[in-house]
Amino acid sequence: MMNENLIEVKNLKKYFKISKHDILKAVDNVSFNIRKGETLGLVGESGCGKTTCGRTVLGLYEATDGEILFKGKDISKLRGNEKKEFTKNAQIIFQDPYASLDARMTVGDIIAEGIDIHNLHTGKERTEKIYELLSLVGLNKEHASRFPHEFSGGQRQRIGIARALAVEPEFIVCDEPISALDVSIQAQVVNLLINLQRNLGLTYLFIAHDLSMVKHISDRVGVMYLGNLVELASSGVLYDKPLHPYTQALLSAIPIPDPDVSRTRKRIMLEGEVPSPINPKPGCRFAPRCKYAKPICKEVDPVLKEVEKDHFVSCHLY
Amino acid sequence: MGKLLEVKDLRVSFHTYAGEVKAVRGVSFELNEGETLAIVGESGCGKSITSKSILRLIPSPPGDIKKESQILYKDKDILKMNEKELRMLRGGEISMIFQDPMTSLNPTMKIGKQIAENLIVHRGMNKKEAIKEAVKMLQMVGIPNAQERVNQYPHQFSGGMRQRVMIAIALACNPKILIADEPTTALDVTIQAQIMDLMKELQNNLGTAIILITHDLGVVASIAHRIQVMYAGMVVERGTTDEIFYNPKHPYTWALLKSVPRLETKHKDTLYSIKGTPPDLLKPPVGCPFASRCEYCMEICKEQMPKPTKISDTQEVSCFLLHPNAPKVEPPQGIGGKL
Ligand SMILES: Nc1ncnc2c1ncn2[C@@H]1O[C@H](COP(=O)(O)OP(=O)(O)OP(=O)(O)O)[C@@H](O)[C@H]1O
Ligand SMILES: Nc1ncnc2c1ncn2[C@@H]1O[C@H](COP(=O)(O)OP(=O)(O)OP(=O)(O)O)[C@@H](O)[C@H]1O
Ligand SMILES: [Mg+2]
Ligand SMILES: [Mg+2]
Repeated sequence: MMNENLIEVKNLKKYFKISKHDILKAVDNVSFNIRKGETLGLVGESGCGKTTCGRTVLGLYEATDGEILFKGKDISKLRGNEKKEFTKNAQIIFQDPYASLDARMTVGDIIAEGIDIHNLHTGKERTEKIYELLSLVGLNKEHASRFPHEFSGGQRQRIGIARALAVEPEFIVCDEPISALDVSIQAQVVNLLINLQRNLGLTYLFIAHDLSMVKHISDRVGVMYLGNLVELASSGVLYDKPLHPYTQALLSAIPIPDPDVSRTRKRIMLEGEVPSPINPKPGCRFAPRCKYAKPICKEVDPVLKEVEKDHFVSCHLY
Repeated sequence: MGKLLEVKDLRVSFHTYAGEVKAVRGVSFELNEGETLAIVGESGCGKSITSKSILRLIPSPPGDIKKESQILYKDKDILKMNEKELRMLRGGEISMIFQDPMTSLNPTMKIGKQIAENLIVHRGMNKKEAIKEAVKMLQMVGIPNAQERVNQYPHQFSGGMRQRVMIAIALACNPKILIADEPTTALDVTIQAQIMDLMKELQNNLGTAIILITHDLGVVASIAHRIQVMYAGMVVERGTTDEIFYNPKHPYTWALLKSVPRLETKHKDTLYSIKGTPPDLLKPPVGCPFASRCEYCMEICKEQMPKPTKISDTQEVSCFLLHPNAPKVEPPQGIGGKL
């Protein structure tokens, strides 16, 4: 196992000021590392700050507070060539395959955008590279001259994947890269990402809602709830022995592809009002919906602590 | 249960400079009151185009719904309706949750207003009532602080929150038919379960029929009554949920079920995926569209499109393996019967 950290995130905060009095704390004091060649999965409730976290790590949003180190260097302090190098080495596959592709560009030009910016290939070599990338993601070379609107949702998602791979990055934030794809192509893309990682040592932050895929691809998985990281463990341990009550509820709601099982299964229902990240109250963010909540949970913010080796949880129960 | 919608021989093409893309090639199906029909199939097989055709949302040109196609809603052909009839149909009688929430929401209009608009048109509310109802709808789809959120714009919402706004808009007018195209892909599983419960509740209370398009077979198993499997613009198999999961007959359905990710698979092992690519719809094959990727392909499969064979009152399959003279083949290990 490689132990060198590629990414170190320290006490990251990203707040959006949404009106004079209201601050939305999208990411609130989150810390984690990603080792070189590792996949860190990130899961959690819709709106809990996964995308914001991923984008801030890439420098696409300016952090409100905290530090992001890439190979030991603070990304907010990179300038000139170093900065250019970072934007090439750290790529993102966007969550929304519709909004993220420029409608006026051909698919070939979209894929080659990074190649052109960084002057990696030209002429025939560039064309060959585009074809290679298209076939890598299960499209064919005829597609290069077409426009995004001529493609289905899943096909567009794969164009986004090809674009991210084009510049041969070291680190990719995969923001729901497979949710628009059918299961067979999901498998193909996940196999591809795993192979690229094996052969080229790529590092991923893999954000997704499909918990069986996250488990499959990730070495470790972090669970977020309303701007906080509430649990972090190796993927096997997290799924076998979830500690945080939110993680437990999440795992119990995974839909099972078997009609009989899904008819009889009980899932942990989350009762209570969904709290808001706008001007959040002190205490554990999950407390209003937690059936184990004690008085302390509504008063004191829990901190992430290591309760077993390499198993971190942020909860007053532990 | 009455028949609500009948799609007959739907054919949709797109005229591009490269030629005619035959996206939907003779799709027929029925939808009954109070039922949930799931449409599943490979990316690009025509699920969204089929469902958009029902609301006449295919831009023409380049889109072209062929003359022989019919879409009967309560015995009236949607393909022949005038603009006024269509307006009443869309958002009122039939509503749709689109696959692409960002492009279907207006980026310059506040969320609350976007929901309210529909309520004003279809439920005759005044502006104040409509905004109040919009807040209620947002709460129903699990968005906290709805009171403040109605005054925000789409880009200030997360991916899954935008998707829930779309769902709120679609449900706001108590439609007779709800077409949900990948309604929960951007949602975590707890909210997904909550949305599915909401859809079931709507169905139980009002008898709403639902067409659900999704890649998530777990969701399909939990909510669908019937399943229709599409491949390259055609329906290759359909049946009740139990029939498709426990007694599937088409090799594509087998392959699809085999590709489903499971929690038990070994870490980072290669996952099963179907070899090859689907046919180019510019030049669709004359025979079975799955032939080139099918492990059981026979000579005839490449030359002729198989006709649907009835397995039961509810199950129908288009595959030459079901011909009396075809060799008997067993579905691959682990498919059919209990998963
Ligand atoms: N540009 C912005 N302005 C204001 N608020 C924002 C902005 N971007 C995100 N937010 C808010 O930040 C919070 C986190 O959003 P984010 O997109 O990171 O969530 P997410 O975990 O990726 O959710 P999903 O799973 O639904 O994609 C949400 O409450 C969202 O409304
Ligand atoms: N405007 C267009 N011009 C040309 N071809 C198009 C156009 N719109 C769609 N198509 C083609 O029609 C086919 C069907 O597209 P559709 O969007 O219905 O697929 P889908 O089954 O919904 O796929 P997904 O699961 O990826 O959303 C695709 O092969 C697509 O490339
Ligand atoms: Mg997101
Ligand atoms: Mg689609």
